[in-house]
Amino acid sequence: MNQAELAWRKDAMDTERRHDGADDPPSFESYARQVRQRFMRHKVAVWGLATTLLLLAAGLLAPWLAPYQPNEITDAFSAGPSADYLLGTDQVGRDVLSRLLYGTRVSLLIGFTTVAIYVLFGTLVGLIAGYYGKWIDMLLMRITDIFLSFPYMLVVLVMVSVLGASLWTIIIVLALFKWPAIAMLVRGIVLSLKKADYVRAGVALGYSTPRILLRHILPGASGAIIVNATFGVASTILAEAGLSFLGMGVKSPQASLGNMLHDAQSLTVLTEQQWLWLPAGFIILLTVLAFNFVGDGLRDALDGRQL
Amino acid sequence: MGPYLVRRLLIAVPVFWGITVLSFLIMNMAPGNPVDMFINPNVPPEMRELRKELLGLNDPVYVQYFKWLAGVLRGELGYSFSSYAPVTELIGARIGPTLLLASSSLAVGLIIAIPIGILSAVKHNTRLDYLMTGLSFLGTSIPPFFLGLGLIYILGVELKWLPTGGMKTLGGDGGFADIAIHLIMPVLVLGMTIAGKKVRYVRASMLDVLGQDYLRTARSKGLSEWAVTNRHALRNALIPIIAVIGAEIPLLLGGSIIIEQVFQWPGIGQLTMEAILSRDYPTLMGLNLVAASVVLLTNLLIDILYAAVDPRIEFN
Repeated sequence: MNQAELAWRKDAMDTERRHDGADDPPSFESYARQVRQRFMRHKVAVWGLATTLLLLAAGLLAPWLAPYQPNEITDAFSAGPSADYLLGTDQVGRDVLSRLLYGTRVSLLIGFTTVAIYVLFGTLVGLIAGYYGKWIDMLLMRITDIFLSFPYMLVVLVMVSVLGASLWTIIIVLALFKWPAIAMLVRGIVLSLKKADYVRAGVALGYSTPRILLRHILPGASGAIIVNATFGVASTILAEAGLSFLGMGVKSPQASLGNMLHDAQSLTVLTEQQWLWLPAGFIILLTVLAFNFVGDGLRDALDGRQL
Repeated sequence: MGPYLVRRLLIAVPVFWGITVLSFLIMNMAPGNPVDMFINPNVPPEMRELRKELLGLNDPVYVQYFKWLAGVLRGELGYSFSSYAPVTELIGARIGPTLLLASSSLAVGLIIAIPIGILSAVKHNTRLDYLMTGLSFLGTSIPPFFLGLGLIYILGVELKWLPTGGMKTLGGDGGFADIAIHLIMPVLVLGMTIAGKKVRYVRASMLDVLGQDYLRTARSKGLSEWAVTNRHALRNALIPIIAVIGAEIPLLLGGSIIIEQVFQWPGIGQLTMEAILSRDYPTLMGLNLVAASVVLLTNLLIDILYAAVDPRIEFN
């Protein structure tokens, strides 16, 4: 049994005692079951999870699901929805449905990769700042203050435009200004956990610092990190869509949900060719909403008293 | 509280210095030399060299930084590459409309969020609460440009109730009523995103307070439920909200870029897009610096205000 299970077990014991006054410490499996049960009770979260999985499948299987190649120029230009082109075609003659599928793929790819990068980095910074304290903490927290002072959309937009938009610059820049929030969250949890008896026991036993940080403290913060990362996927997808909408994100001809709405800034597209922007907008809304609901469900299920 | 204030102010100094470094670094990541990019290729190389010399681009990077920093400390942000006007002037001309848009949106967002949040908390775990919470998620999840385009399409183009963009009617008087009518849609969109987040904060904060002993005391004195909620509970529930409003400022400044683009609102956001399209680095650097400084300053003010309002805060 590792410390993660211990922390969870403690939490589970508190809850179980409240519920049925059981004396036996419950097992790790029962904690997992409890989390699952609490999540399943949250109906919108279950809807969110189902939608998320569906969108993931659509994104992953885009090459097989799409009726046309995303950049293939067909012989219909700005054609409305029809049997051949279920959601119509754009001004260049590309199939909108196929581009939507590929756009979803790009949005999810950017969302997940960005979050993976900044959560990893932010967690590391938070662990170090919280555990070592003193001047290291002071220095790292001032650096997070600096990054957090810049309005996210503004600085990301400017930096991407300076570096030149490519998939990787977008991901790196989106992550660069997002890690401080996770770092502060993790730091706060570390500060409270490092006084816990089981962590002090680890120190007394002479365990190495990385071992204490990663195996004893990190598991206690994992719930909060997972919840934050889920909301992070939602907000990253929204931010990327915003960048692409402004014409500074994923560049045409590559399809992205945001750049499909870019053209709707012209009144003709907006009023006469709704199939070019309504579906893309709804897919972004659906994706972001689904991730937000999953995050909310996880927060309830993991019992985020420390969130 | 005195020592706390001093400490808080002293911390802001290195953070401000860091902001200037980061603003400068971002602009220096640009590949190539701005002069080579902008100047007409027919201009003879000697003239180009002169131009670089004049703009200080032949200096080592750190010298350029310190020259720029010295300017910043004197309140100068250099000159625009595209219009040659002082950056401070460009920003000054555009900051008014953005402040108007941002402050109205914040006000509207709070006016929507506070009553809904209270209602949600008082009637927690009822159908009404679920509906309100669900709607608040919708508010934070809808892409602002999508909502904006939808509103333009319905209210502007189809129903013709509101102007589709801009701040004043062409040839109109540009008076209060004219600007107000142009403000409605952008404020609605920005206000909605803010309200979505705030509803959940107000609800959580209110729920926290509603469970406390002094409210049971108030009730047992025979006070009406309305008085208990709105006089006793609300006052304490709103304290944490002050801190959260501070977190809204960067979102407002960032979000207004997209909104200003959608509604052609002539503010900082449009200036940013123009500067990006013309690769006007001094202006972009100035915009980043000013925006980050505004955020730093408001956070400082909020912290001080928070400490003044809430006697429970410890200063050590």
